[in-house]
Amino acid sequence: MKEVKILGQGCKRCEAAVAMVKAEADKVGVEVAIEKVTDYAAIAQYGIASTPGIVIDGKVVHAGGLPKAEALAGWLKE
Amino acid sequence: MTHSVEAKTSKLRELEAIKWIGGTLVLLGLWIVVYRQLVPFSHWVVSLFPVERESHLGEAIAFFAYDTPKVLLLLTLIVFAMGVVRSFFSPEKTRVMLAGRAEGVSNIAAAGLGTLTPFCSCSAVPLFIGFVGAGIPLGVTFSFLIAAPMVNEVAVGLLFALVGWKVALTYLAFGLSVAIVGGFVIGRLNLEDWLEPWVRDIRAGAVELPDEQLTIVDRIKAGVEAVKDIVGRVWIWILAGIAAGALIHGYVPADLMARVMGADTWWSVPAAVLLGIPMYTNAAGVIPIVEALIAKGAGLGTTLAFMMSVIALSLPEMIILRKVLSMKLILVFIGVVGTGILVVGFLFNALFH
Repeated sequence: MKEVKILGQGCKRCEAAVAMVKAEADKVGVEVAIEKVTDYAAIAQYGIASTPGIVIDGKVVHAGGLPKAEALAGWLKE
Repeated sequence: MTHSVEAKTSKLRELEAIKWIGGTLVLLGLWIVVYRQLVPFSHWVVSLFPVERESHLGEAIAFFAYDTPKVLLLLTLIVFAMGVVRSFFSPEKTRVMLAGRAEGVSNIAAAGLGTLTPFCSCSAVPLFIGFVGAGIPLGVTFSFLIAAPMVNEVAVGLLFALVGWKVALTYLAFGLSVAIVGGFVIGRLNLEDWLEPWVRDIRAGAVELPDEQLTIVDRIKAGVEAVKDIVGRVWIWILAGIAAGALIHGYVPADLMARVMGADTWWSVPAAVLLGIPMYTNAAGVIPIVEALIAKGAGLGTTLAFMMSVIALSLPEMIILRKVLSMKLILVFIGVVGTGILVVGFLFNALFH
């Protein structure tokens, strides 16, 4: 079980990132618990400068726009 | 992974690369062909209406029929190219480049990088706290935040195509100057205390991201994504801007324009800045208006001051930034940037007389 956090508020890509994580997790057969973090102060604690940010098991793997599908699959399988 | 599988995937990758690069070149060729048909196309559209070409309405229709496809075509090309360029940059990388430099130098770097780093006003707040929280000085952060929306590829590219390279370059130079000097002044004022308290307390540092290896195909895809995103969002502004430009072009008498917005009317510059603040449109929407105003004899400084004010001092962005800045700091921001734009306006009117 992977804990995935999507950091971001009010950006269109943030929703797209949630959908993408779900789809990729299904594809590679990894169970995920997705949590959306929308509070700016909480987002800031992760040290990113653009949204959406993707955090997997406490580690920031991506920030700004959407990652490549293969890259995301790789992080989920790690 | 066995050797044969590896060879097969690299072969597949090569095929995909050829497909994407070839497709891009074909579309580019098609773009040129279509672009060259614009004048006959606009004549044909006007001929469909039962109006004289030389009449007010005829002039307005011709402006609209010529400018709409032209602006949309140019915008698509510019946004695509910049989408590819921007795939080399990110706010996180920019932040690393800005960290630990002397203040004046980093103001210049921040303004320059602001024009190249992917930025949308919806992520202005995360960007702001991401920069300030990682120890980038407030003034440097402002240099970035002023330059990013004002000196973007849409503004400069469309000015270049519609109004001319001289105006585009001067806009670029003066826009960067306003961002550099404005940020520097804000930095000198030591206003860190005027941030919202919770922002001041954030000392998150900068996260290190794994480097994503992007291929040429990925970068082309980034360009296509940028087109879908930006052109999909701003086309409505463009149509509105061109419609306004067409009305100005067809109906506003040139001598009236010269009297109200001409280079000799000193108060026209501050009036243009004030008028621009509550107005909100994308750069793409305001440039057809700029084009029509200049053609009618409005002063270049006045027109550009109006454009900068509309883009850089927009009310919606202030409202977003209010989450991290105190009202006092927002007023200082408006004051400093507004003064910079005023100076640019007066200077332009004096230079291009």
